[in-house]
Amino acid sequence: MTNAMREPLAGYNFAYLDEQMKRSIRRAILKAVAVPGYQVPFGSREMPLPYGWGTGGIQVTASIIGAEDVLKVIDQGADDTTNAVSIRQFFARTTGVATTERTAEATIIQTRHRIPERPLGPGQIIVYQVPIPEPLRWVEARETETRKMHALQEYGVMHVKLYEDIARFGCINTSYNYPVLVNGRYLMAPSPIPKFDNPKMDRNPALQLFGAGREKRIYAVPPFTSVKSLDFEDYPFDVQHWDHCCALCGAADSYLDEVVTDDRGGRMFVCSDTDYCGERRTAGHVGAGTPVALAAEAAE
Amino acid sequence: MYVAVKGGETAIRNAHALLAEERRGDPAVPELTLEQVKEQMALAVDRVMTEGSLYDRDLAALAVKQACGDLIEAVFLLRAYRTTLPRLAVSEPVDTATMDIRRRVSATYKDLPGGQVLGPTFDYTHRLLDFSLAETGHPQEKPAHGDAAAIPERMPKVVDVLDHEGLIEREIAPPEPAEATDLTRVPLDFPAGRDARLQNLARGDEGFLLALAYSSQRGFGSAHPFAGEIRMGEVAVEIVPEELGFAIEIGDITLTECDMVSQFKGSATESPKFTRGYGLSFGHCERKAMAMALVDRTLRTRELGGEALYPAQDEEFVLSHSDNVEASGFLQHLKLPHYVDFQGELVTVRHLKAEAARRRPEQAEIVP
Amino acid sequence: MDAPPPLLQIEGLTRTYGRRIGCKDVSFSLWPGEILGVVGESGSGKSTLLNCLSAKLEPTAGRVLYTDRHGRAIDVWAASEPERRMLMRTDWGIVHQNPRDGLRMGVSAGANIGERLMAVGERHYGGIRREAETWMRRVEMDLDRIDDAPFTFSGGMQQRLQIARNLVSKPRLVFMDEPTGGLDVSVQARLLDLLRGLVTDLGLSAVIVTHDLAVTRLLAHRMIVMRRGEVVEAGLTDQVLDDPQHPYTQLLVSSILHP
Repeated sequence: MTNAMREPLAGYNFAYLDEQMKRSIRRAILKAVAVPGYQVPFGSREMPLPYGWGTGGIQVTASIIGAEDVLKVIDQGADDTTNAVSIRQFFARTTGVATTERTAEATIIQTRHRIPERPLGPGQIIVYQVPIPEPLRWVEARETETRKMHALQEYGVMHVKLYEDIARFGCINTSYNYPVLVNGRYLMAPSPIPKFDNPKMDRNPALQLFGAGREKRIYAVPPFTSVKSLDFEDYPFDVQHWDHCCALCGAADSYLDEVVTDDRGGRMFVCSDTDYCGERRTAGHVGAGTPVALAAEAAE
Repeated sequence: MYVAVKGGETAIRNAHALLAEERRGDPAVPELTLEQVKEQMALAVDRVMTEGSLYDRDLAALAVKQACGDLIEAVFLLRAYRTTLPRLAVSEPVDTATMDIRRRVSATYKDLPGGQVLGPTFDYTHRLLDFSLAETGHPQEKPAHGDAAAIPERMPKVVDVLDHEGLIEREIAPPEPAEATDLTRVPLDFPAGRDARLQNLARGDEGFLLALAYSSQRGFGSAHPFAGEIRMGEVAVEIVPEELGFAIEIGDITLTECDMVSQFKGSATESPKFTRGYGLSFGHCERKAMAMALVDRTLRTRELGGEALYPAQDEEFVLSHSDNVEASGFLQHLKLPHYVDFQGELVTVRHLKAEAARRRPEQAEIVP
Repeated sequence: MDAPPPLLQIEGLTRTYGRRIGCKDVSFSLWPGEILGVVGESGSGKSTLLNCLSAKLEPTAGRVLYTDRHGRAIDVWAASEPERRMLMRTDWGIVHQNPRDGLRMGVSAGANIGERLMAVGERHYGGIRREAETWMRRVEMDLDRIDDAPFTFSGGMQQRLQIARNLVSKPRLVFMDEPTGGLDVSVQARLLDLLRGLVTDLGLSAVIVTHDLAVTRLLAHRMIVMRRGEVVEAGLTDQVLDDPQHPYTQLLVSSILHP
């Protein structure tokens, strides 16, 4: 599944950005690594892809990618979603580096909304596309105020939100972009990954970089750094569970996409991580394959 | 057996081809040339240059054509191209007092040195569809160029007239001119300096600034402005090459400049006087320059000792949301797949529903 | 025996707005367990004074010294912003005249009360909730309303909630700005009663700004009278109210205190 190297696009610098710009982004990355979870402002540029479509991740990837790298790009866990294809093509054209759909083979993985199921290893870098880097934004709209809250570690108000969830719903009902505390210090938005993926961030051997192009911020979680999801002692953090296994590969431990198969309540559940699912099937795992009727389930 | 949707790559290729077909329209109709766009859609080109932060009529015309007339898309194209351009030099500040004037109006003085010059404007046209334009080759009325020669070389600026009398706040350049902030290189920071604010507003979306300026006129943070002066024309751009050590002209650009004048009642430390709001655009973007000048002034509310109560007075609100390339991208990213997050929400809502039914079985909805 | 140091020591506090004077050269001390009333008509500078004391408005001149739990004197305006903000959410409480300024109107009563606990690291939902219930009871609020948002409450209930939200963290010093302002007379009376009970039970120290001499009479041990930004009279409450010395105080007392 790996596409070999090609000649980069004529007329443009390697990875589109000029070397000065890449250097300034790398300086921001170094600062971000030095202060885990802290949002470092950077001089984000207009990219040929729209803001909100991964320009932050693209700039981070562009500034760290080298000719020897092998790049994987996923969106919603899949390599073949249109925006993932578009970004992968962008780098294939502007750098000529090898691309892959295999998590294990990639040196850089740019992602939107998921962390691969297969554990990342030392030396790998995962680059998250971030729409809103500020975890306090929904509590306090003003940048001037949220910066002060970070500086003074005034995070009590985040727990007010969690308290409200429990008081009203009996549980914390944030299901994605679930706030985390990094290295015991900075409150951080993990980007809109499902909370299912939050535990993977904790003490991960890979370097985790976050780029927000429109908001012009970069932040990072260095390898083996503590990432704790906010919770209460008596309402501990918990991830999503399914009553099903993947219909294709039978996996019981992966994040599942719900696929509507007809208009009579027919559903099936399949791995959101296409590479993980494919690997399992290659290894001989088989799922039940048949759509599940939700109505029948409700009657159980 | 279910197979996940594949073929993103082919779909994208096809979408590009379809877009190209749409752009061309009916092949029986002659294709638009860049010259035509540049000459006959000049105000579209001007707006794209202004909000695109790049003065190049040819590239802007190309962007307009490529974007099928979608001006925000055209601004985006120009901006993305601008990212790849090297910075060869930084120009000297342009001197708009030496502008080669094509239009100059003041609403504050009936007559003033240099006079009022109406120039090319929609202002006093009756907005009647001119069906003669539906035909090509229609002979156009030639303007009487007799008085063009009568426009004096140098026209004093209205704000300078006020300045002589000490009626308007002074704007004095710092003795050692610091390098101006460049938002295309460094992120916006609050509180923003006036340089950053003006650059942000100059790049900002015309519609957004128009609406803000309008809101302030209707009482949501009024600054009681007068259009001190609006001037449009050509200004020379100069640079000082290091090896020469003196300024040389590298060309002319068309600019529209607006000085809004507002009364300021004074404070404990400052006497009553007029204050300025400033607007500047590439080409002839008069509405934009006026809106910008108004918003520049409303954003000074706090600086002048007032309380910022309305959106047009709120620096963080205005400057964070003025950029249409940012706004358009983020709005449209909602088209991207969000099904992982939506799945999370589905799981949560189903759980909450079940929980609610368990807590209050008597109120549980009846599932059909 | 050594007397304990004053809790709050104000020295030459001045705040000007350009040439206009907010308050001028105000000095006084507040002792542990003491309630001080600050009275004067609107525009007399009492709110400016309160804002300078409670670390919300930087004074033009003068000092505000606060003695913390460890007997350490903190120069409030010379301290760093983190220190000031820490004081504001732990040792101090502020009850605003308008509950909107002191409550999160969009989150439940329980969360409003629990916020200060969570801000200092309380992470047990059940514990926070029990504490919120305890305080709702103490301010005589209906426990059924614990999950309702304050905007659904009456003015008097909002004020009670604001008081509970402040007292939950066991502050040593509470600033109150017209705590009964804008309420009906009967509601005012019940709230004053409640406040009197609470400050006595908890041994609280407080600075209460009010234009209502009845509030001062009922709650304050000592009082200062302000006019045009300056203190014109100070003393024990009963003394000042029963035997006012300054003509302005005499005018206030005679014009307001009609039985």
